[in-house]
Amino acid sequence: MSRYVTRLKMRRSYKWNGRPVGEDRKLRRQYYESMSISVEGRTEDGTVSLGQYILIESDNDDSPFVAQLLKLYTDDSGKKKTAVVQWFVRMCEVPQNKRKLLGRDPHPQEIFFYQDHSCDNEVDGETILAAVQIEYVPAEDPFPEGKSKDTLFVKLLWDTKSFRALDPELMQPPQSPKSPPPSSRVSQARALPTPDPSIMKRAMSGTLARGSMSTGKMSTSEAESLHSASKLSAAKALSAKRRSRASSGPHVRKKLDLCSPNKNMSRDDVLGEILDEHTATEKTLTSKLNTSPTGRISISIRLTPLNHNEEEQISSLSSQNPDKPRLTAYDKDNATSAFLGVQPLGTDDPESLISTGRTPRKREATPRRASLRGLKARTPSNRKDSATLREPALAALAEEEHEDSPVQTAATPRSKRKSAQLVSSRIRKQLNLLDNKVDLLSDGEDGGDDDDCFVPTKIDLQSSSDEEEEAKIDSEDELVVKKRRGSRTPRSIEKTRVSARTPRKTPSKKTAPATPRTPRHATPSIPSRSAPARKPGNVLEEARARLHVSSVPESLPCREQEFQDIYNFVESKVIDGTGGCMYISGVPGTGKTATVHEVIRSLQQSAEQDEIPHFRFIEINGMKMTDPHQAYVQILQKLTDQKATPDHAAALLEKRFSAPAPKKETTVLLVDELDLLWTRKQNVMYNLFDWPTRRNARLVVLTIANTMDLPERIMINRVASRLGLTRMSFQPYTFKQLQQIITSRLNRVKAFEEDALQLVSRKVAALSGDARRCLDICRRATEICEHSGSSSGLVGMSHVMEALDEMFSSSYIAAIRCASVQEQLLLRAVIAEFRRLGLEEATFQQVFVQHQALCRVEGLHPVSVSEGLAVCQRLGSCRLLLLEGSRLDLLLRIRLNVSQDDVLYALKAD
Amino acid sequence: MSKRRSATLTEAQCVSLAQKLLRERLCHQKLPDQPAGLDSQHKHLLELLRRTAVHGESNSVLIVGPRGSGKTMLLGCVLRELMSLKEVQKNVLLVELNGLLQTDDKIALKEITRQLHLENVVGDKVFGSFAENLAFLLEALKRGDKSSSRPVLLVLDEFDLFAHHKNQTLLYNLLDVSQSAQTPVAVVGLTCRLDVLELLEKRVKSRFSHRQIHLFSSLTFSQYVDVVRAQLRLPQDFPDLKFSNEWNHSVTKLCEDKSVEEVLKRNFNSSKDFRSLHSLLFLAVSRVSVSHSTLREADLLEASRLISADSKANVLHGLSILELCLIIAMKHLNDTYDGEPFNFQMVHNEFKKFIQRKSHSIHKFEKPVLMKAFEHLLQLELVRPVDAGVCKVQREYQLMRLMLEHGQVMEALQRYPQCPTDVKQWALSAFG
Repeated sequence: MSRYVTRLKMRRSYKWNGRPVGEDRKLRRQYYESMSISVEGRTEDGTVSLGQYILIESDNDDSPFVAQLLKLYTDDSGKKKTAVVQWFVRMCEVPQNKRKLLGRDPHPQEIFFYQDHSCDNEVDGETILAAVQIEYVPAEDPFPEGKSKDTLFVKLLWDTKSFRALDPELMQPPQSPKSPPPSSRVSQARALPTPDPSIMKRAMSGTLARGSMSTGKMSTSEAESLHSASKLSAAKALSAKRRSRASSGPHVRKKLDLCSPNKNMSRDDVLGEILDEHTATEKTLTSKLNTSPTGRISISIRLTPLNHNEEEQISSLSSQNPDKPRLTAYDKDNATSAFLGVQPLGTDDPESLISTGRTPRKREATPRRASLRGLKARTPSNRKDSATLREPALAALAEEEHEDSPVQTAATPRSKRKSAQLVSSRIRKQLNLLDNKVDLLSDGEDGGDDDDCFVPTKIDLQSSSDEEEEAKIDSEDELVVKKRRGSRTPRSIEKTRVSARTPRKTPSKKTAPATPRTPRHATPSIPSRSAPARKPGNVLEEARARLHVSSVPESLPCREQEFQDIYNFVESKVIDGTGGCMYISGVPGTGKTATVHEVIRSLQQSAEQDEIPHFRFIEINGMKMTDPHQAYVQILQKLTDQKATPDHAAALLEKRFSAPAPKKETTVLLVDELDLLWTRKQNVMYNLFDWPTRRNARLVVLTIANTMDLPERIMINRVASRLGLTRMSFQPYTFKQLQQIITSRLNRVKAFEEDALQLVSRKVAALSGDARRCLDICRRATEICEHSGSSSGLVGMSHVMEALDEMFSSSYIAAIRCASVQEQLLLRAVIAEFRRLGLEEATFQQVFVQHQALCRVEGLHPVSVSEGLAVCQRLGSCRLLLLEGSRLDLLLRIRLNVSQDDVLYALKAD
Repeated sequence: MSKRRSATLTEAQCVSLAQKLLRERLCHQKLPDQPAGLDSQHKHLLELLRRTAVHGESNSVLIVGPRGSGKTMLLGCVLRELMSLKEVQKNVLLVELNGLLQTDDKIALKEITRQLHLENVVGDKVFGSFAENLAFLLEALKRGDKSSSRPVLLVLDEFDLFAHHKNQTLLYNLLDVSQSAQTPVAVVGLTCRLDVLELLEKRVKSRFSHRQIHLFSSLTFSQYVDVVRAQLRLPQDFPDLKFSNEWNHSVTKLCEDKSVEEVLKRNFNSSKDFRSLHSLLFLAVSRVSVSHSTLREADLLEASRLISADSKANVLHGLSILELCLIIAMKHLNDTYDGEPFNFQMVHNEFKKFIQRKSHSIHKFEKPVLMKAFEHLLQLELVRPVDAGVCKVQREYQLMRLMLEHGQVMEALQRYPQCPTDVKQWALSAFG
């Protein structure tokens, strides 16, 4: 391969060609169509434009990264050029242990379409070296000879687990550069609800490609993919790392959380596999027909009629020979999955399967076991482990999916078209067989639901109608399908719809039941409001909503290190199935609880993706219980939903954590405000820290308190020793961190002047470093700004100053200035008496004498003792003076609660 | 003749009617239409609570001001205005607690649950243990969310007293809810303590938004007099126009009077709080009778005298000469020993010295009689033992202190009817 010029040798300069073609106001980006690269010492400029294949700088000069340019944009500063690309990988970038999956020797110029949703697809525009020629070669064609050395060939797709055939459509340049092309499948899925047809189309093609191309994904576990990712060469590895635990910022994970649940994928894949299997064997189908029925929200509808083809093929195939597919090396997995999908059909007639309502349930176990056996028997030894490992996990996943069934909802086919429904229902049936789905609801409803199952559901997306059009053209077998219809086939649609609705019912229990209940079974809830809450109207209100402490930020900036440490700690314990304690300290408002929650959230996410074993998370708070021993009750209730007295609960927990139970999942227990669990004998703390040390407990205890030396101060030795030395302390935020926190919260809502933010954060950092305080001040400042009606609409220095004054300045001086004359005189008398005595304390009698004298000096009528005492009490009630009980009468002792200087200053200014 | 009688009758009716009206005004703390002089605070609080009610934004705020500065009045006005908004009316749950009534978290929790009508309320009672109630309430609040559940306005009167509850559990939880994405709540605390934030534990403090609305009266004397005039005026719709005109005229004249102004000034100097003013005016209004149907300055002066009277001077008034003599003896002891405590024996000696010098005016009392008189003073708490009888000392030798000021003794002697001159002289003399 020829050498490419990299930065080390020559300077390159980059320039936009032409004017921006689009602009994203929200992200403040400007999109361009092309960019020219001029290299020092060369006369002609290279130009790269959208859709072109490019080379990107890497560590290794000989083999720069290859990618397809999807987007070019600059941020608002105009300096940083960023490119969004679709990566390609060379064979050398594929991890060593995966290379033999290809099953042949790679062509020296061969590259692979890289499909990894987690991989960062944004690169610095200035790392682009040049354009490059890439040719798509259909999977079965030989590599063309006699091409230039610089031309690369792409034939297959690498999805970090396996090589798959590449859909030529993917190699097309993006159609509309103006609408930012979705970069990965994940984002496409997210873009779905928008009715924009172009986006819909892209999303379509994305699933299409994926669905049709997935083979043998099941065989590799996620954990492996992480290793492979880290073996990728530098730049990609870096982006891949963001996903791997080692440096996963909370941000990334949060984003993943927001998009469609990742569980979907595995299900899709399974489904995709069956279908792909047939598409692979019957090559007569065009790629367009090759769509999968997988339930990605709306897309499923338009895919369904086509699946009818496959359906037919499946049945024909199954009636002939279930194990027909060729056994090329790289398709071994394929074969097993085909087996998995096809076997039930091979033994039973699909028609009968549908007509007998209960069959899927009964049978589901058999094919699965069979498939497992099949897997074990057939998979090459090196993959056996991972495959088997993956299988039960998948099963568990499927079960869980059924329980809270978000996937169900997503997967519901909602086409109005009967044929489509019919077919999709069949596919669904197979799916049920496959991933062990037990649908209890459906069983009873098999009979007479033919009519209402064709009623379009309300949730129908707008896009469904145009998609139908398309589908009509595509499906040639429609008539056949219609003929077939008429039996009870659509049952499964109804079934899924019912199941889709069920989870929604449960939370909406809120509507108060009419019958009075006994307190035992009362559901705690606040009545819901009649009118909905109003949304923020303008920028300042928006900013205020974002700055509220309760609003959950997209990420937790400035706590990356702490996040990482806690994450690693918990993760390692969860993976090893051991227990442990950790003590986290820090002053209030430094993000302790928030960070732990963030850690748990991302751990739960990876548990859902089967990267780590599942675990239970329980949270108790010392402040949220009336007595330390209630901790037992709350833990027990959260673990098992049992109610018990504290003693009984302690005994039950003791038993639970000491009894050996091999399949027990790890429990992560967060104990907030630990210091309140202190008792004289400290048995609550003792137990909490003793349980993790049991062999079978599998309990991880994270404790949070404010003081760093709590273990040393209040714990007796045996408790402190069990807590161990895994400590972490959260430092108060510095002003830079506070500033970052506000900026990230505001997230491009421009409501503050830069200086104003700095002032707030510096002030708070100097005082406490409490992030809550910082946010509250900012919130108050927006209010002040709103009322003052400043011209710029931005919160400026003056507003912030006012807010700071309100919150931090002591009110004593104002109080003294507004006090009545006698009250002021009494304060002066107190000071005079203090001076006379040389003490900071005096009795009322002494002060009163001074007071009388002062009255005379001021020409006021001297007050009686009762009146004087009343004045004194008034000052005492607002704590300008500290008084003893008023029973002492003349002898009550008086102290000042303000410094003498403050009093004099306040009185002088009058 | 008969005509005149009927006229006086109606006058008597008028007087009682006017008195009734004014007393009601002074005693029943009716909310004014607009809180005077508190515009910015009013706006701030209203805006804050409106945001909770309408936008579902959680907030916490403290209203701080000395007693009688109008905290409750301000909150009342704001709530009245808030509830008149249609958008808010049915959307807000109001919970009112008072630190003097809900003296611990257990009672407070029950009260909150009761006022929220949560589902564990049966009739008007809340069952379940403290722990259960807390868990239930927290769970209920946690279930709610910003957009769908009704906001809860929690008013905590005497907020500082809640800070004395064990662990500040209630405050922590309420403020924690206000700072997390749960049911929207607005926690409004009313307190007169300026240092209330120092009472909060640091984690509770961190959760409080540090919003404080201070109410300090910047009232001037002329405004004060205006208030007096407004308070005493009879309204336009008073049935007898002639009477009300006369009355209002007298009130205007009264306020211009020098001695009345002095009384008011004195009251104003002592405290700017309207409550003490009300009690002064109440006394004055009560003195109006048919014989003088308008408010005179004498009424106000008398009321002022009653109000500012020293409570102990009244007690001294009813003492016997002997007891008075003992007090004078104690006063001399105080002067001689610079306020050091004394015992009965010392007082007895002092009294004996006085008798020996001027024995003719006062009967020579036996020691037990003196003791009896002394014990009476002890009961009246004009004399108090230094430490409340911890050690068993003989009664004569127990250390005591006089609870009277020098001036109080002298004033009482001046006013005492038929006080022997010897005694007066003794009191005035520098040394016993």
